[in-house]
Amino acid sequence: MSGMSVISYQEAALQAVAEEMRRDPRVWALGEDLGRGGVFGQYRGLVDEFGPERIADTPISEATIMGASVGAALVGTRPVVEMRFADFALCAVDEMVNQAAKARFMFGGQARVPMVIRQPSGMWRSSAAQHSQSLEAWYTHIPGLVVAAPYTPADNKGLLKSAIRCDDPVIYIEHKDNWALEGEVPDDDDYLVPLGPARLAREGADLTVVTWSKMVGVAEQAAEQAAEMGIEIEIVDLRTLWPWDQEMVFASVAKTKRLMVVHEAVQVGGFGAEIAATVAEHMAHVLVAPIRRLGAPRAPISYAKPLEDLLRITPDKILNIAQEQTRA
Amino acid sequence: MPNDAVHSSHNIDRDRLVDLYRTMRRIRAFEEAAEKASLAGLVGGAVHLSIGQEAVAAGVCANLRRTDQITTTHRGHGHCIAKGTDPGAMMLELFGKEGGTCGGKGGSMHIADFDVGMLGANGVVAAGIPIAVGAAHGAKLLGEDRVVVCFFGDGAINRGPFMEGLNWATVFQLPVLFVCEHNGFASTTHSDAVTGGGGANARAESLGLEAFEVDGNDVAAVDGLVGDLIPRIRGGGGPMFLSARTYRLKGHTSVDPALYRDQEHAASQWDGDPLVRAADELRRLGLGDSDLTAIDSAAVGEMVRVAEAADAADTPALEHAFADIQDIGAPVWEAQS
Repeated sequence: MSGMSVISYQEAALQAVAEEMRRDPRVWALGEDLGRGGVFGQYRGLVDEFGPERIADTPISEATIMGASVGAALVGTRPVVEMRFADFALCAVDEMVNQAAKARFMFGGQARVPMVIRQPSGMWRSSAAQHSQSLEAWYTHIPGLVVAAPYTPADNKGLLKSAIRCDDPVIYIEHKDNWALEGEVPDDDDYLVPLGPARLAREGADLTVVTWSKMVGVAEQAAEQAAEMGIEIEIVDLRTLWPWDQEMVFASVAKTKRLMVVHEAVQVGGFGAEIAATVAEHMAHVLVAPIRRLGAPRAPISYAKPLEDLLRITPDKILNIAQEQTRA
Repeated sequence: MPNDAVHSSHNIDRDRLVDLYRTMRRIRAFEEAAEKASLAGLVGGAVHLSIGQEAVAAGVCANLRRTDQITTTHRGHGHCIAKGTDPGAMMLELFGKEGGTCGGKGGSMHIADFDVGMLGANGVVAAGIPIAVGAAHGAKLLGEDRVVVCFFGDGAINRGPFMEGLNWATVFQLPVLFVCEHNGFASTTHSDAVTGGGGANARAESLGLEAFEVDGNDVAAVDGLVGDLIPRIRGGGGPMFLSARTYRLKGHTSVDPALYRDQEHAASQWDGDPLVRAADELRRLGLGDSDLTAIDSAAVGEMVRVAEAADAADTPALEHAFADIQDIGAPVWEAQS
């Protein structure tokens, strides 16, 4: 058996791409500044091993990075598409939503579009309104797309590898504040985390918190504090948003009888609403407290630190709601 | 090669011109059958006819191998037929019937036939440009000597993907022929009124592409020029650009009477109908009227039959609404009892 190594979220992703490129010559990566390692170092050194054709530096042309990847996927390659910041993927929405997501269906199954669309997301050191957004909910709305948002380094390796091997287009959301996060990651170059199943990040009897990406860590901090107050929080790390693991969420809510959904994205129209509504439709009779959502206010993200901080989801905010829910 | 090379129709082999004429006539007959079906309410969605533009489709695709690939637009029936797609399957697709090129799920604007290298029409103007560029990028990565032809209209040159895609093709030296079918209209607006600068070729040249112009209603000229360009592109000559000036003899859609045009000018454009011009040339080369009539009747007969067959065919089984969406997280269809 292979061992484990403690590596960062960023190194885990680097390992995933390198292993998949060694395994399958059809896999290639393209985007801006990849030759020098990518803006976050997540492609560091890959050009030395794979050359500039498979680690392709592109023009700043998001629509064509995306659209050319659709074309290249249609003819049998497997592009890993780097969008640099999730915010910039908005320059390529037609290519993602009208082309990548629909080609297989519109063409009656003749076409497959195996591509991974990496979108570094979330708030990260005063980056303001165009470099901080969490837009994952948009993509869950689009038939044809798979949406993944890993939190742990191990999941960033295993899910990214699964995404690269998947024949569907996958929106792959990595949190920019997670790049340095370290954790144990299997060395195995066939380590795969399947797209779909959630991960039970923490067990607890009193309240289920469903969350993903960086908010898993924030929820874990809140759960530590809650435990000291006698509230046992169970945390479901969704890992994949479409499809999402209803089975694990339902099982957890059946046990705790309380649900809070937490995400960094704007609360209005967020994916938390989908989870809350689904649980309400199926399990209202078991709930002993109202379902609660915790997301960002519907405001653009500020640059000035105190204003930016105002929009952050903190352990305290989770804790306050947990107390309200368990008091009931 | 100078970019003002003149390709005259007077040096084409008669048999080749007969083949080109037959392709054009089949496209025309298909479009007329589609128009009739659309006006009769048998075809539900928008149908964008390429009547008047057949010479570009026929002249370009005659120079492609089956393994070469094309992308096309909402006005793409002619390109499909010229590339070898079965008109019967296309007509079934327009009718939304089982057995259509896309199982009836795409319709006129999303016809695709990967077996003949037809990578898809597109409902979004200019969206086929990055896709064609990517298909060529894929060919280069895979070491295949395919050429990709990207068809679009003069309306597309004002969208960002046009600039991005042409630049990309130059930067990566990809085997693409961009073909701008200049039919004079961007939907229902005169394209000249909404296009700044020197137009398509000036833009292409500024992005590093060799750009050519051709009379897009002269099928022999299109065939001759493209016949020179494709081997150069296949041989590693990089991307090239061709503007083919033509005229959209019908409206934007089958139900658009095109009253925004100068009616006298529009009527006069029928004198330049590429089929009439090719027929005249064939007569000059000694083809008899009876031979021409035989080609015409065969084409019309074929397309009348495919339309009748499409009308009689079954609609797709309902579960297809939920098929071929995605492997992971696909919707579950429960038949309504």
